Amino acid sequence: MSTATATHDQHDHHPTGITRWLFTTNHKDIGTLYLWFSFIMLLTGGAMAMVIRAELLYPGMQVVDPNFFNMMTTMHGLIMVFGAIMPATVGLANWLIPMMIGAPDMALPRMNNWSFWILPFAALMLVAPMFMGGNFSSGQGPAFGWTFYQPLSGQYDKLAFFIFAVHLLGLSSIMGSINIIATILNMRAPGMTLMKMPLFVWTWLITAFLLIAVMPVLAGAVTMMLTDKYFGTSFFHAAGGGDPVLFQHVFWFFGHPEVYIMILPAFGIVSQIIPTFSRKPLFGYASMVYATAAIAFLSFIVWAHHMFTVGMPVAGELYFMYATVMIAVPTAVKVFNWTATMWKGSLTFETPMLWAVAFVFLFTIGGFTGLMLGVAPADFQYHDTYFVVAHFHYVLVTGALFAIIAAVYYWLPKWTGHMYDEKLAKIHFWVSAISVNVLFFPQHFLGLAGMPRRIPDYAVQFADWNFVSSIGGFVFGLSQILFLFIVIKTIRGGAKATDRVWDSADGLEWTVPSPAPYHTFETAPEIK
Amino acid sequence: MNSHNKKTAGKLVVIAMLMFGFGFALVPLYSLVCDAFGINGRFLEIESGEFTAVEGERQGELLARRVDKDRTVNVQFFTTVNQNMDWKFKALDKSVKVHPGEITEVRFYAKNMTDKDVVAQAIPSLQPSQAIKYFTKMECFCFTQQTLRAGEGREMPLKFVVNPDLPKNIGTITLAYTFFDTGLKAKAEQKKNVALVNQ
Repeated sequence: MSTATATHDQHDHHPTGITRWLFTTNHKDIGTLYLWFSFIMLLTGGAMAMVIRAELLYPGMQVVDPNFFNMMTTMHGLIMVFGAIMPATVGLANWLIPMMIGAPDMALPRMNNWSFWILPFAALMLVAPMFMGGNFSSGQGPAFGWTFYQPLSGQYDKLAFFIFAVHLLGLSSIMGSINIIATILNMRAPGMTLMKMPLFVWTWLITAFLLIAVMPVLAGAVTMMLTDKYFGTSFFHAAGGGDPVLFQHVFWFFGHPEVYIMILPAFGIVSQIIPTFSRKPLFGYASMVYATAAIAFLSFIVWAHHMFTVGMPVAGELYFMYATVMIAVPTAVKVFNWTATMWKGSLTFETPMLWAVAFVFLFTIGGFTGLMLGVAPADFQYHDTYFVVAHFHYVLVTGALFAIIAAVYYWLPKWTGHMYDEKLAKIHFWVSAISVNVLFFPQHFLGLAGMPRRIPDYAVQFADWNFVSSIGGFVFGLSQILFLFIVIKTIRGGAKATDRVWDSADGLEWTVPSPAPYHTFETAPEIK
Repeated sequence: MNSHNKKTAGKLVVIAMLMFGFGFALVPLYSLVCDAFGINGRFLEIESGEFTAVEGERQGELLARRVDKDRTVNVQFFTTVNQNMDWKFKALDKSVKVHPGEITEVRFYAKNMTDKDVVAQAIPSLQPSQAIKYFTKMECFCFTQQTLRAGEGREMPLKFVVNPDLPKNIGTITLAYTFFDTGLKAKAEQKKNVALVNQ
């Protein structure tokens, strides 16, 4: 009797080995799965970027043939967006949101398991055609760009793999979002009002609503492609009275909110980290919340700025230009708030802070080039050039990815119970921060000089900056191997982390032991 | 607590399904906007049914009453066939100089180079886009699907009028046609097209 009670009270019991991970409904386990999955995808997509940069190192065709190059640019984009950045932020949400709001787990734990386990299969289906065609170099993966514009994508003969992969990815995101919203709305600890929630929770709440609103539209778009291709409809098929330009509208109606889906959680992360290492509360909490909501709302009404050159009436161009430029206002509110948080703070620069400050600085560069691209008449020069490539890599690599890396360093001690190797982590930061600029900054010059994106070969006038950019790319790519090494080293051992980890870290997740026990907040904490 | 979560999840699932429907609602919405503003080359008379060959003829006649002899517009023709389609397709008149309001007829030639019957549809595209609503077609091979037997060649007409209200800054109009293989089987008669022309 007493032993039975004892084992029952032992809450840490769970299956071990592979079944622990397959059947887990624990938010921490699922968060870990998401994070490892996205890391594997980051390295996969990164390897593809290395192939792209190797081909572009010199003018002329050296490494791969043009179709393989197109396949690399396409798969790199798809894998990084749907495989690396999005699952990484969902993983952070799983790990952190229940701990931050004092909930024992996610609201719908079984669905949570599903949300994750769909992902590896979706990823497999997405990459499978790359291995069809006899040998790897004649793989038949999608090669029409990550935006899969019609009519080119409609001519791809393994389209069904791509479409169902996107359906599964969308399903996973929607289920994950439903879970996150239900958790945040229903499971906050008593006293945790909405306006007391940590900003990471706020940004994810808004992101989850964006996901529920736009992932189904993407699902609709690929379903139309599917019926066009296999069932004789003509949504986008010009011969039957359809319109390929319609595809661009539907795609970007999803696509623009999508870029905020990737960056809003990053805003949340940085809003957690900067106050800790400035030893001051976040400046302008309420304005941060409203700015996030404003950005989310605006993201729905600016989509056609991706297609200024498609032949819109002038009134349309003007509307989309003004609406787009308006997004700079709430975004600037955020950047000013981060800066004001640091102002006269007792700053220290531990690794998470370095990444967060780099985020603020470099993301702002990406924001400014976004403003340039948002100006319709100017966009006619920049459209589909390397300037666009430079812009979205500044906001997605030095923006979203830097924030995710910052988050990993910030919460890794809480997850593993060990401090990471500060010296190696600093090396990782400085090598990455310098090389990423060597990689992407010259692409602004290439774009302004007229180099189009998505080409495997280029005029010799572009040779010098492409060489520089490729060198930066190789260094940046290699430095992420160091990141992998640091993470594994921290998991396996290291200095014992205290519960609070950082001396002025604020939030419920820092009140539980390090490493965080398997179950936390089974009795809800009281928030004053 | 648990039923509370299920309720929230249920509502969110409904939102997701509505948004899936909204994606499809964008299709007619897009057509409405394009028709309202006369943009994006949506002078595709094939599907709409509102604008028939007969109506084109009538409008053309109206415009022809106000010929502007003092002005000359250069109209250029450009032809392509969609990828994977083995047709020869060319404009027999590469470009014509017309007065606005003057009814003009030009000819195109298409030949099926394959040994199979093919049903194809020509899709027009007009530049500059501001000129779209000032270019009225009275008769066009693009109004209907074109069936060419294996090896068959045919001359096809285009009868048009440039509206005299064409903005003064436009001196050249370029009309591009692309033939698309509809993938349909060639029938003895294209019933749908016959019906449309007789309307």
